[in-house]
Amino acid sequence: MKVLVAVKRVVDYNVKVRVKADNTGVDLANVKMSMNPFCEIGVEEAIRLKEKGIATEVVVVSIGPNAAQEQLRTALALGADRAILVECNDELRSLTVAKLLKAVVDQEQPQLIMLGKQAIDTDNNQTGQMLAALTGYAQGTFASKVEVAGDKVNVTREIDGGLQTVALNLPAIVTTDLRLNEPRYASLPNIMKAKKKPLEIITPDSLGVSTASTVTTLKVEAPAARSAGIKVKDVAELVEKLKNEAKVI
Amino acid sequence: MAILVIAEHTNVALGAATLNTVAAAKAIGGDIHVLVAGAECAAVAEAAAKIDGVSKVLSADNAAFAHQLPENIAPLIAEVGKNYTHILASATSNGKNILPRVAALLDVDQISEIIAVESADTFKRPIYAGNAIATVQSNAAIKVITVRGTGFDAVAAEGGSASIEALTVGGDAGISAFVGEELAKSDRPELTAAKIVVSGGRGMQNGDNFEMLNRVADKLGAAVGASRAAVDAGFVPNDMQVGQTGKIVAPDLYIAVGISGAIQHLAGMKDSKVIVAINKDEDAPIFQVADYGLVADLFEAIPELEKAL
Repeated sequence: MKVLVAVKRVVDYNVKVRVKADNTGVDLANVKMSMNPFCEIGVEEAIRLKEKGIATEVVVVSIGPNAAQEQLRTALALGADRAILVECNDELRSLTVAKLLKAVVDQEQPQLIMLGKQAIDTDNNQTGQMLAALTGYAQGTFASKVEVAGDKVNVTREIDGGLQTVALNLPAIVTTDLRLNEPRYASLPNIMKAKKKPLEIITPDSLGVSTASTVTTLKVEAPAARSAGIKVKDVAELVEKLKNEAKVI
Repeated sequence: MAILVIAEHTNVALGAATLNTVAAAKAIGGDIHVLVAGAECAAVAEAAAKIDGVSKVLSADNAAFAHQLPENIAPLIAEVGKNYTHILASATSNGKNILPRVAALLDVDQISEIIAVESADTFKRPIYAGNAIATVQSNAAIKVITVRGTGFDAVAAEGGSASIEALTVGGDAGISAFVGEELAKSDRPELTAAKIVVSGGRGMQNGDNFEMLNRVADKLGAAVGASRAAVDAGFVPNDMQVGQTGKIVAPDLYIAVGISGAIQHLAGMKDSKVIVAINKDEDAPIFQVADYGLVADLFEAIPELEKAL
């Protein structure tokens, strides 16, 4: 079974981003970029499926700037077999990304497609579900457990208030949640080996997908700042303040 | 303009988040209809008909909709939604699961987790874990939107008298099936609906110590949450996680215990009305957003707090 994993290059999760002075976006100049943490979990899961003998090939795909090759090389170092970059410098909306991924799915015909549940830059949480709609496949979002069984995949999902398990016909789309697995680190020999693995670069045009969108970002602002309050000296003072000053208990 | 709001429900009861989403629909302005898609969900349709400001309830009662499988429900919403200018759902795990599928079926972009309505086509939404707020405008014929409940004060659950229309469209797409569900049983209020939330972080040291927070929470009628660090460390289940990748809460009172205050966590709770931080590290970032900070060892402070309440 072939597994396709979509990965996104995003600002590293440890970076505290700042809004640009002209309110056109956030300042990403000289900021550390990494693979989106949820995508990393997707790559890890695919590699584990390969180690278990369920997956035969793991293909990673990224849609983004030329520099996203770094994240694809990381995925190759972790154990993916082959990478595809759909090179595009524009900021794309999730629907466009899903259409580009659909074109890649049509070419690659994977049985399982893994994506992160959301990217930590735009926080949209849309692409996997949209790809599922465009391909007509079933979707298992926010997965904390993935078990392939014959022509089905059982996905346990993190839902409000607990867990839900669904059985999906393959091919299917799975989006990852935090507890699915703990991604490994790439070893130095594997990082060296990854440099020789195939990485193909294509364009949105070659896939016949327009990158136009119906959504425009008018401005980006810093959130209203919350000022620090006071320090209380003990529990008694805290309870007194909550009762008489804040009046919340 | 006509707005379709997708009801959040359990087939027997209407979810409170629906009231916040109707509030967002009111802010957009126009005729508000509520779609209840479920199985044997007549009670939900009746509850939805009483929501203040709703003029019509569409009830799609079908066994295929019992477990909210998106493969079955998204085509229904897309079909019904064609006649509307806006389709709104709550940004719950269910809304987030289904609505992007609807948007793609309608070939329109979705706007996720709005926190404010500027006009019928312009909305504010947090990005980068709430470290920036984007104002976005949509020229799509149908605007498909999820609504973050904490951004909108709930409308009244009573007072309306909408008509209920039964729909017979839709069915089982046959590509997915519900297997089972494990829902946490708790007498405490639901995290996103609670007036008071007590959360623990890595400082709790283990899952058993959360029992201390449970006792405080029970005295306050509060829900219990956790930071991602506490979830990652395996202290508590992920459905207790408050933060960018977990639940977004904005209670009247949020008590953060042994939580350092990573950006990721702040994104999930900084809109709370009053924030209390209890941490032994006086330089912890959580104190920068706390209204009341107590620098103390939580293993002494929490039992003391329990007694003082």
